[in-house]
Amino acid sequence: MSVTASAVQETIPQARTARVVNDFAIQVATVNGSGSQTANLVLLRAIFQMGVPVSGKNMFPSNIAGLPTWYTIRASSKGYIGRKKEVDFLVAMNPETAREDVLTLPRGAAAVYDEPLKLKDLRSDVVFYPVPFDKLITPITHDAKLRRLVRNMIYDGVLAKLLSIDMAQMERALRKQLGKKEKAIALNLSALTAGYEYAEATLPKLDPFVIEPMNKTHGMILLEGNAAAAIGCMMAGVTFVSWYPITPSSSLCESLIDYLKKYRKDPETGKATYAVIQAEDEIAALGMVIGASWVGARAMTSTSGPGISLMAEFAGLGYYTEVPAVIFDIQRVGPSTGLPTRTAQQDILSAAVLSHGDTKHPLLLPSSVSECYSMAMDAFDLAERLQTPVFVMSDLDLGMNTWMSYPLEYPKKPIDRGKRLDEATLERIGEFARYRDVDGDGIPYRTVPGDGMPAYFARGSGHNETAQYSERADDYANNLDRLARKFETARTLVPKPEIDLVRGARIGVIAYGTTHWAIVESRDQLKAEHGLDLSYLRLRAFPFTPEVFDFIDRCDRVYLVEQNRDAQMLSLLQMECTPAQFAKLGSIRHYIGLPIDGRSVTTELLKHEEEERAR
Amino acid sequence: MSTDTTVQPPAPGKKLNRIGLEPLAYRGGKTTLCAGCGHNAITERIIESFFELGIDPTQVIKLSGIGCSSKAPAYFLSSAHGFNSVHGRMPSVATGAVVANRTMIAVGVSGDGDTGAIGIGQFVHLMRRNLPIVYIIEDNGCYGLTKGQFSPTADLGSTLKTGVVNDLPPIDACALAIELGASFVARSFSGDPKQLKAILKAAISHRGTAMIDVISPCVTFNDHEGSTKSYSYVKDHDEPLADVSFVPFFEQVTAEYDPGATIAVTLHNGSKIVLRKMAEDYQPTDKMSALRLLHETMSRGEYATGILYIEPDKQDFIDLLGITDEPLATLPEAKTRPGKAVLDEIMDTFQ
Ligand SMILES: Cc1ncc(C[n+]2csc(CCOP(=O)(O)OP(=O)(O)O)c2C)c(N)n1
Ligand code: SF4
Repeated sequence: MSVTASAVQETIPQARTARVVNDFAIQVATVNGSGSQTANLVLLRAIFQMGVPVSGKNMFPSNIAGLPTWYTIRASSKGYIGRKKEVDFLVAMNPETAREDVLTLPRGAAAVYDEPLKLKDLRSDVVFYPVPFDKLITPITHDAKLRRLVRNMIYDGVLAKLLSIDMAQMERALRKQLGKKEKAIALNLSALTAGYEYAEATLPKLDPFVIEPMNKTHGMILLEGNAAAAIGCMMAGVTFVSWYPITPSSSLCESLIDYLKKYRKDPETGKATYAVIQAEDEIAALGMVIGASWVGARAMTSTSGPGISLMAEFAGLGYYTEVPAVIFDIQRVGPSTGLPTRTAQQDILSAAVLSHGDTKHPLLLPSSVSECYSMAMDAFDLAERLQTPVFVMSDLDLGMNTWMSYPLEYPKKPIDRGKRLDEATLERIGEFARYRDVDGDGIPYRTVPGDGMPAYFARGSGHNETAQYSERADDYANNLDRLARKFETARTLVPKPEIDLVRGARIGVIAYGTTHWAIVESRDQLKAEHGLDLSYLRLRAFPFTPEVFDFIDRCDRVYLVEQNRDAQMLSLLQMECTPAQFAKLGSIRHYIGLPIDGRSVTTELLKHEEEERAR
Repeated sequence: MSTDTTVQPPAPGKKLNRIGLEPLAYRGGKTTLCAGCGHNAITERIIESFFELGIDPTQVIKLSGIGCSSKAPAYFLSSAHGFNSVHGRMPSVATGAVVANRTMIAVGVSGDGDTGAIGIGQFVHLMRRNLPIVYIIEDNGCYGLTKGQFSPTADLGSTLKTGVVNDLPPIDACALAIELGASFVARSFSGDPKQLKAILKAAISHRGTAMIDVISPCVTFNDHEGSTKSYSYVKDHDEPLADVSFVPFFEQVTAEYDPGATIAVTLHNGSKIVLRKMAEDYQPTDKMSALRLLHETMSRGEYATGILYIEPDKQDFIDLLGITDEPLATLPEAKTRPGKAVLDEIMDTFQ
């Protein structure tokens, strides 16, 4: 792999001689469009079925066929599912990158490769296993197209033998992956067996890596964040979806469409209890969501950074007309051809204040697939309760990669439709004024067309309490102040952070989203390798809740770790800090397009601490 | 006139419509547009049309973009919900609203800049979807609200007050709409109240996209000599294709008409449009002849007005989506949150 991770130098591990059980990373280097995804997922699933914690990360190009792709499967007996930088076991299938892939392996690694690539003389400190893929595939099928597709199953067979992965689990995983396609299963099984038998007959085991059964995945499932978010949207009672295709967000709406088609038909009439519109662009996507929400639908869209930019004007209109909207941002690197298929947490600042004028939007920050699910539901309830656009800030790593999770739980709370004016409320409050703060929480009462309640005229910020056009200074300022009060109410309603205060720890870490998984690992490394304890706060939403400031108060120093260059979340936090809190805040950033890893955090944090001591 | 017998007898001197409402119920806030602005005349016709059709104003939604024209929804049907959205983006807001509550009658008001420039993309896709809406372009060939710059419907060679000449050809919203799939396309003139009202009533009764480009002179910035959107120019170059009359479903067709010289179109709710031909080759149910007529009149520097194209039975966007009869917006939780068995079934697929 040609990318060097972050500013952190990697130390090459010593050649290993002892067996390495359930703690290594396999990387398959292929060409995209070559159908390797099935083989990779089968491998991942088989390891998972053996009870070994596992994670899969796809690093793919912005291209349909012909460019290099790397898929990394990490087995971790301790349950670390963040990225690990070092590749221990390489499957080199791509002639274009094979040399570099091998040259960047750590000492003591192993490499299975396509024999004609002639890689074995490149390194003497790596174990090589040449496999004649073309020769092995020839007897399996005559169809050239099928050959290309099932060829990858051969490396699954080879790896099953070399890593002692149970072939019965491989077969089970394959059947799971292919469903009822018996012909395809048979074909793939013969390729799998061919690989296994070849390895058994020809390749003596020379590397230390093995998979042994454990019981650490019992009751768990494997899924992508976007699928979990889609299920969350359906369970949240979404009735209107508008979207414009963009990687890495598309699979959210595409899964949602599949689920809605299957599970959201009116049982009596067979008609859809939802509408999905593929809009002409993201401006229209959010415009439609706002229109649908204005008349009372539960409406959402999903996009990534470029779409967020286009949605800016409508986001502000949603804020000032006080129309709910749920917007998923599956963050990626941008803009345009700027690594569109790589992960990042780079839209935090722009989403938080998206639009012109004084605007502020609640952000939800899922870290796991189960939070993609639960926060999807939270987002709809909050958007309607607060009558404002709410952003769910996922990322490519979380949205598109395969993660372990416990099964998603059925919602415990009923759907919240927020403050809707009805006869009883109208009687109680006496008179309807769309933008009046009746309850002191900044949230006014709302009516929708056709509900039999008084109508109002929605427009931008130039209006008074009764939604009449006004350019009066006091009307404008009063409205802005009420909206600020509403944001304070949001602070009491958004998900609270997850906090682990360690007794005696002086240093604190704050992180959010997928950065969490690197922190989990880094905290263990710092403890084990340096006896250093860290307290940890995982942000789950913006606006920040009081717990965040309390956490900073309790630490001497706090590092905010995030996956962007400009410390975007830190900047948001600094805006609300006291000078004393501000002085405690430090920053660790990771922005290479690949998910952040624990080792980088550890190295970087130690460097900062060293500097601190030197001062 | 009304066939509705439940209506209270009108109070002396007060005119009530078939649902018992007086014209005042159809009015809105006081206009803030310039006196004499064509947009105000269109507002009056919208008020009359809804009143005369006896439509409950609380069953209407009004949407617009940004511009002088887009302010108009505040000046009619004050008991209807309204949404003054952002510049050029009314079509998307309307699409969401109409789909989320299919029982509402939607009126969208836009300007020629709002539609033809910044909003052309959304306009194109709304027409293509045949969304049920009355889409009115109040077309003055200039940007009123930003003080008189040319808009994309300004004719080639027309001049600004300052003498600047427009050297680009105009976008013809009607030709575009026909080409793109709108099922009711008309052009009218704010200075022809009779024709405009008949077209508006027909448009409101039509199911599908009813696009009306109403030439609506801007008296402040584009009513001078050299403008092709001035009152006097349009009066001189207005070529009505037919005499349009509209007979709502609750009235009987009384007049005799000559089938050779008249085209009658029946709408989905039983209302009838009767078109007494003035142009010989006028065939509003034929796409190709509609487009040909538009191109020919335009090349002569004339405005062909009337219903240019109509396809009364075309499937609209709501039909296409296959959604429930009950509005999506009011579906109860029991219909929108699947039960636990569904979640369990989905979880099994990830095991
Ligand atoms: C994004 C954006 N750009 C520019 C403007 C400024 N603007 C307001 S109205 C308008 C033109 C309106 O012209 P038209 O739609 O023809 O309506 P008219 O005022 O002539 O009725 C412009 C450019 C705006 N409101 N928003
Ligand atoms: S500036 Fe022109 S378009 Fe605007 S209100 Fe005045 S006359 Fe009408």
